[in-house]
Amino acid sequence: MKVLVPVKRVIDYNVKVRVKADGSGVDLANVKMSMNPFDEIAVEEAIRLKEKGIATEVVVVSIGVKQAQETLRTALAMGADRAILIEATADVHTDIEPLAVAKLLAGVVKEEAPGLVLCGKQAIDNDMNATGQMLSALLGWSQATFASELAIEGDTAKVTREVDGGLQTIAVKMPAIVTVDLRLNEPRYASLPNIMKAKAKPLAAKTPADYGVDVAPRLSVVKTVEPAGRKAGVKVGSIDELIAKLKDEAGVI
Amino acid sequence: MAVLLLADVNDGALATDAVAKALSAVKGLGEVHILVAGTSAAAAAEAAKLDGAAKVLHADDAAYDHGMAEATAALIVSLAGGYSHIAAAATAFSKNVLPRAAALLDVMVISDVTAVVDADTFERPIYAGNAIQTVKSSDAKKVLTVRTASFNAAATSGSAAVEKVSATADASLSKWVEDKVAASDRPELTSAGIVVSGGRGVGSQSDFALIEKLADKLGAAVGASRAAVDSGYAPNDWQVGQTGKVVAPTLYVAVGISGAIQHLAGMKDSKVIVAINKDEEAPIFQVADYGLVADLFNAVPEMIEKL
Ligand SMILES: Cc1cc2nc3c(=O)[nH]c(=O)nc-3n(C[C@H](O)[C@H](O)[C@H](O)COP(=O)(O)OP(=O)(O)OC[C@H]3O[C@@H](n4cnc5c(N)ncnc54)[C@H](O)[C@@H]3O)c2cc1C
Ligand SMILES: Cc1cc2nc3c(=O)[nH]c(=O)nc-3n(C[C@H](O)[C@H](O)[C@H](O)COP(=O)(O)OP(=O)(O)OC[C@H]3O[C@@H](n4cnc5c(N)ncnc54)[C@H](O)[C@@H]3O)c2cc1C
Repeated sequence: MKVLVPVKRVIDYNVKVRVKADGSGVDLANVKMSMNPFDEIAVEEAIRLKEKGIATEVVVVSIGVKQAQETLRTALAMGADRAILIEATADVHTDIEPLAVAKLLAGVVKEEAPGLVLCGKQAIDNDMNATGQMLSALLGWSQATFASELAIEGDTAKVTREVDGGLQTIAVKMPAIVTVDLRLNEPRYASLPNIMKAKAKPLAAKTPADYGVDVAPRLSVVKTVEPAGRKAGVKVGSIDELIAKLKDEAGVI
Repeated sequence: MAVLLLADVNDGALATDAVAKALSAVKGLGEVHILVAGTSAAAAAEAAKLDGAAKVLHADDAAYDHGMAEATAALIVSLAGGYSHIAAAATAFSKNVLPRAAALLDVMVISDVTAVVDADTFERPIYAGNAIQTVKSSDAKKVLTVRTASFNAAATSGSAAVEKVSATADASLSKWVEDKVAASDRPELTSAGIVVSGGRGVGSQSDFALIEKLADKLGAAVGASRAAVDSGYAPNDWQVGQTGKVVAPTLYVAVGISGAIQHLAGMKDSKVIVAINKDEEAPIFQVADYGLVADLFNAVPEMIEKL
């Protein structure tokens, strides 16, 4: 079984985000970019499936700017076999919407015929939490989102999901889309020799036109602003003072 | 035009608070019809009490009882014809279902809406709440999830009619196996007036009982940082933050939590924030109204005793 993992290049989660002065978006010029943390978890899971002999090949795909190559090379260095870059824009500030990403991924799925697609639960830039579900809909496949455990048994995937009240376990028919949550695994670091080896692994370059997909956005950004800031309050010296403040000043207890 | 509001139902019970807040968010957009999917007549009756609901559509079929995405999204699509907006509270349930329904309708989904500007324009946080973006949709139908912490709950003095809707669900793609949901007498995290959260500083699962004791003393819900959940001190459904729950209680008490942006994303709209941390440089103090630099193992027992 082939496993497909879509990986997104996003602002590194440690970087302090700055809104551009003209309100058009977030400043992404010259900031550190990394693989979306959820996608690292998805790549790790795919590699583990291969190590267990369940997956035969791990293919990673990224949609965005040419620099997303670096993200794909990271995935190859972790252990993926092959990469596909769909260059959909030349501008680092243009983000491709989940619906368009899902349509492109559906095109990749038709070509590659994977038995399983492992997506991140959400991209930490736009926090839309949508792409996997949309891809699943377009393919008419089953979906299991927010996975914290995954077990493949024949043509079914048993997935434990993180839901609002706790955990839910479902069994989905393969082929399926699984979106991964934080506690599925701890991704490995790529070793130096593997980083070197990754440079020689195949990376195919494509465009949206190859899949006949129109990536024109459905949402337009009217403006982007910084949220209202919160000011630091006061330090209290003791529990007695804290309780007094909460009772008398804030009136919240 | 009218709004179809998908209701959250957990184990036969309506998630009244979440649905009531989502209802307030969308009621300005048109007549609201609440869709209750599943066999629970009690949930449909409860939804009918929400002020501002014009009617309740009850898809009374066991295929919808566990909120499976495939069947529920297909149901929404079969009803979508007459609606300009399809909305739901931004819960794990609707985040699973609505993007799927949106793609079937060939429209984008707009997640975690914090303000409705007009019928096409919505505000939503991006980058863990470090920026607020106003987006305008050109889609014919808008599919959106609403961040409940940003809206007040509609009252429950209404009496809308409940109408049955039928649909044929294809249940062959996925099967529910089990839910592991801990029963609790504490208030629910996303609707509680007070939340007490513990972080990695608490140190162990057994010491997390201290956080729970303080919460019980205050009649509060219990939350946790990701580090506390990852370390097994607290269950996953207690996680507050960018990728956990978003809360905005009157009082939020953060104990042994450093204040990473991913955590702040889930609680910085709380009315009053208290931080107890032994490191006076911890970033949590930059958002706290009242900060106490202290060892939590001294401060928390003292607070429990003196409250
Ligand atoms: C600076 C900026 C500019 C923007 N400009 C516009 C604009 O001009 N017009 C507009 O309409 N909208 C714009 N947006 C909004 C944006 O298009 C959507 O809100 C965004 O795409 C939301 O999806 P997400 O990336 O959070 O996906 P999610 O659905 O949260 O992603 C989930 C998973 O899907 C996969 N995935 C997602 N994207 C990719 C990808 N590109 N490659 C490979 N895998 C992927 C990954 O596995 C990921 O973990 C902009 C946003 C920003 C921040
Ligand atoms: C993709 C992604 C998503 C994430 N999503 C979330 C999320 O949703 N929610 C979330 O919370 N995090 C999230 N994180 C993790 C986040 O970045 C931080 O790692 C996490 O919030 C840290 O948890 P903490 O504050 O409990 O631990 P730490 O940062 O380790 O802080 C522990 C604090 O406890 C204090 N302390 C220690 N001992 C004591 C004592 N005896 N008395 C008093 N104080 C003490 C220390 O001074 C320290 O400040 C996410 C990260 C990533 C990459």
